[in-house]
Amino acid sequence: MTAEPGQKVVEISHVTVRYGAFTALHDVSLDVTQGEYLGIIGPNGGGKTTLLRSILGLVPISGGSISICGKAPGKTGMLVGYVPQFANIDRSFPVTVREVVLTGRLTRSRLPFHRYSGADRAAADAALQEVGIGELASRQISGLSGGEFQRMLVARALAENPKILLLDEPTASVDAKSRRQIYDLLGELNRKMTILLVTHDMMAVSSRVHRLACLNGGLVYHGEPELDRNTVDALYGCPVDLIAHGVPHRVLKTHGEDR
Amino acid sequence: MISALFQYQFLQNALAAGLLSSIVCGIIGVIVIEKKLVMLSGGIAHTSYGGVGLGYLLGFEPILGAFLFAVGGALAIGKISRRKTTHSDVVIGLFWSFGMALGILFVALTPGYPPDMTSYLFGNILSVTRGDLLLMACLTVLVLAAVAVFYDTWKAYLFDEEFAAVTGVNTERLNYLLLVLVAMTVVVLIRVVGIILVLALLTAPAAVAGLLTNSFGRRICYSIFFGAVFCLAGLWLSYTLNIASGACIVILSAVSYLIVYGLRGREQGRVS
Repeated sequence: MTAEPGQKVVEISHVTVRYGAFTALHDVSLDVTQGEYLGIIGPNGGGKTTLLRSILGLVPISGGSISICGKAPGKTGMLVGYVPQFANIDRSFPVTVREVVLTGRLTRSRLPFHRYSGADRAAADAALQEVGIGELASRQISGLSGGEFQRMLVARALAENPKILLLDEPTASVDAKSRRQIYDLLGELNRKMTILLVTHDMMAVSSRVHRLACLNGGLVYHGEPELDRNTVDALYGCPVDLIAHGVPHRVLKTHGEDR
Repeated sequence: MISALFQYQFLQNALAAGLLSSIVCGIIGVIVIEKKLVMLSGGIAHTSYGGVGLGYLLGFEPILGAFLFAVGGALAIGKISRRKTTHSDVVIGLFWSFGMALGILFVALTPGYPPDMTSYLFGNILSVTRGDLLLMACLTVLVLAAVAVFYDTWKAYLFDEEFAAVTGVNTERLNYLLLVLVAMTVVVLIRVVGIILVLALLTAPAAVAGLLTNSFGRRICYSIFFGAVFCLAGLWLSYTLNIASGACIVILSAVSYLIVYGLRGREQGRVS
């Protein structure tokens, strides 16, 4: 299961997903290689989340095939870690941070009378340290800030030591400081795992990811994280101001980091 | 009442019934509130009335009919609302009235004098029989076992169903199991508070517990404790004032919730 750098870890070929009469994804083909940091962007309803959910086996695909290290979606066990959009989670649920992260270890054993082992607890605490909120382990989740809550969800995904990490808009409802911390964390994690990041956040896209996939029903663009005007127009259907940081177009063009 | 308790079998039965129902409504109540299935539980409870009517019509024990209809209704509601084409509250509303209507129809078709349905509708803890108690005990053990054996899985499922599915939990099966557990709980509670009043006993103890603690396990324990207090105090009221037990228990539960809610509100108002 130890994939070499450059080896394909996720192979998506000609995938179509329909919800009733509505086609959410049409004929999408995309490969992700070991160690890659892929950003998936696109307008709302463009199929970003659907693509992520079909890789996870949460959505049945109507056509094409998806393979994760040779395994079918939903049969990947501990290979894939998942960080969902946290708007969908009840933040007042009576549970502590450690207990949430432990649920990431549930895969190891789901036998009757399952109890988390000492190793499970150690892994959960290590994951919490890794995302930088180790001291909050015993806190109730209702007492967390947005950024802390998001990092707890990352820790839960890390508790299994996955090879591939899938994140769905991890910075959607956190403040600017937490957002930067989360991107720093993902950059760090990318040293040892492949990351697929669904986001609206162009800043992340520009400065961090290795490659970019742009979805608008189909795959509009896939490649280096430098978009030109034509691609963006095709993606969003109308001219969009690409940027946040003052100079128009700049974010997607001028990053000088070596990769 | 204490001396009467040793003297009369029916009071001992009532006591046992109250304690059994506080255990199930304590556990399932907390889950139902977290999963926002309160209205669904009401739908299942009212569906079971059809089974009571069928029992009278065909001459078998009405509570068994209630059990069959509750489980059948729960599975049907789960099945239909699983398809995203229908809103679950529409299905729940339909089953709610459909079950009641079937019950009325079956009772009307029953030859001879119409049976007295009030004890099923409003509960009568003082008329619980040995047979009822046996059924209640079996259901309580089943519910307790189902939750205790898969406790960690339940917790993961309740917190984040989608993530649990990704880690390999069969959430669809768990969903149906939960509905069946709710149906069983409803049947246990019918003899105590009746079909119409089930919701209060299912929600009030868990809601009071929810105001007092932030730990899932403790919430269940508190909820069982409050359920027992409401049931026993209600039983005592019912016995001394000669009022329907269901009404006494429900009024006590609702008033207690409002008092605790008010006290918590004042406390938090003072802090902030």
